[in-house]
Amino acid sequence: MPRLSEMGWRWRILLALALLSALLIPWTGDDYLVKLATRILIFALAASALDLVLGLGGLVSFGHAAFLGLGAYVVGIMFLHDFEGTGFLGLAPSQDIFVQFLLAALVAGGFALATGAVCLRTRGVAFIMITLAFAQMLFFFFVSLRRYNGEDGIALWNRSRGGWLELEDQRTFYYFVLACLVLFLVFAARLYHSRFGRVVRGSKDNDRRMRALGFPTYRYRLTAYLLSAVVTSIAGVLLANATYFVGPAYLSWHMSGQLIVMVVLGGIGTLFGPVLGAALFILLEEFLPDVLDLFAAGAGEYWMLLLGPLLVIVALFARRGLLGVLVGTGR
Amino acid sequence: MDLLLLLQQTLNGLQLGVMLFLMAAGLTLIFGIMDLINLAHGSFYMLGAYLTAWTMGLVDAFLPAIALALLITAAVGFLVEVTALRRLYGRDHLYQVLATFGLILFFNEGLKLLFGPQPIFLQPPAWLSGQVPLFGAPYPVIRLAIIAVGLASALLLWWLIGHTRLGMLIRAGADDREMVQALGVDIARLFGLIFALGAALAALAGAMAGPVLAVRIGMGEDILILAFVVIVIGGIGSIRGAFLGALLVGLVDTYGRAMLPDLLAMFLERTVADAAGASIASMAIYILMALVLAFRPRGLLPARS
Repeated sequence: MPRLSEMGWRWRILLALALLSALLIPWTGDDYLVKLATRILIFALAASALDLVLGLGGLVSFGHAAFLGLGAYVVGIMFLHDFEGTGFLGLAPSQDIFVQFLLAALVAGGFALATGAVCLRTRGVAFIMITLAFAQMLFFFFVSLRRYNGEDGIALWNRSRGGWLELEDQRTFYYFVLACLVLFLVFAARLYHSRFGRVVRGSKDNDRRMRALGFPTYRYRLTAYLLSAVVTSIAGVLLANATYFVGPAYLSWHMSGQLIVMVVLGGIGTLFGPVLGAALFILLEEFLPDVLDLFAAGAGEYWMLLLGPLLVIVALFARRGLLGVLVGTGR
Repeated sequence: MDLLLLLQQTLNGLQLGVMLFLMAAGLTLIFGIMDLINLAHGSFYMLGAYLTAWTMGLVDAFLPAIALALLITAAVGFLVEVTALRRLYGRDHLYQVLATFGLILFFNEGLKLLFGPQPIFLQPPAWLSGQVPLFGAPYPVIRLAIIAVGLASALLLWWLIGHTRLGMLIRAGADDREMVQALGVDIARLFGLIFALGAALAALAGAMAGPVLAVRIGMGEDILILAFVVIVIGGIGSIRGAFLGALLVGLVDTYGRAMLPDLLAMFLERTVADAAGASIASMAIYILMALVLAFRPRGLLPARS
């Protein structure tokens, strides 16, 4: 992602179009469309947060669903205790979304620090397998946690409260999510060009050289991992509120895989690419079954039969993703 | 603790262990030699189970049915290697993850289309479905058979890799791919063979799992992740490590599930102990993995680097 001042005209047009359409969607008045767009924005936030480790750090985390799930479970657990009128570990539950953001950041950040300290001792394939294994550990933990309905998950009756913001209103909630995403993207774009971003990117390209230059790259990579985890958990809080549901499925490894797919589809290491990737993936998920049904009745149910080989083709040939196609160069 | 229960749980743990070894051996070979992370390895396990269910209907004899299923899965594995994965050697692991994730979706949906979404319960043949008295209590024959087949496969693999020409090439390929190629070995054919071998091993585990667990969509994914834990504990690329790791994971998981609730009940209330025991037991092997990594980041028996 180039600096704003260095962007070519194609970049500028793309960003302007994306922002304009994001701002205008609620004015269509189509409730279904707004819900779909909300979902896209939330996954865009998670995917571009994942890009911080995947693209910038070159660390293939296959366990980011854990952070998404942790954020969602903060909402679910708080809701349940508030509903029952019971305390959580002696504390009064809060349904304030900003308190929940903070809690999610603490929980996900703690988990990221603990597991990251182990994962980041390894590289390459081991890193992939270990992040996957830790996420799976959490998945089984929540499945076996009967206090919070285990496999069935928690259905929410209301969204978290946002102070003077009426989040229950679909349009308000949409703009709230959009604000979160834009804030993060602006922050991430600055981070990308900061000293911190340069060290993390340098460590991806040549870790030994960065260490020889005197940078404690392990600490930098751990910080990037932590940051990415915290933002992903924020997306989890939003996801729970968007769907009125929290369940172990949010932590499943299919979810981790989907996030990776979004990043690569959109363009890895570009921070904005994953936003496009999330949009493309969710639109495919939503409409590919209908399109297939046009050709053969009932075929839509098997849309993944088509998605699978598509991913293989993307992996084989498309290295720069959708963003690369749209703006030419990868960065 | 009841000694009989302990013995039975040990056997159950061994059974899970050898199945995990069959999965992990193929994975670790493919990783060690081709430097490829293959998420679709679980799909071969699932394919083996489904194909056995199908071939049982064709030939109506258990052993030939399994043999046929193994052959078909090996052929599918070879085909997958030639058409798609071969192009991913040497690429960033991210793209290997993406492509093999896509393959999983493809196999899951494909098998759902062919066999339907309902689980299939494989009926083992009469000579395997009984129970034998063991230490004074009945124990299912099929579980003993699985342990025997698993140990025999491990022995066969040890012989194949340590004492045959193919094994020599495999070891050499893992050490220095270019040199083997320069010496005139058809490396592409070798890789295809290894991939087919790994697929057949996974299918064998799947075929044996059929009668014990149910044959269902997604069955390969649970065991795949366990196999990853096994490989990380044992040391990536190391077959000996995979064997040790598989037995460790099998035993720890089985003991944990069987005994932790009772152990905790000594200190806690029964209902709390049951809930906490189940939760901790489901995480036990991951904690084991974290401990191993904290002290030996390269695993217990790392392959030579």
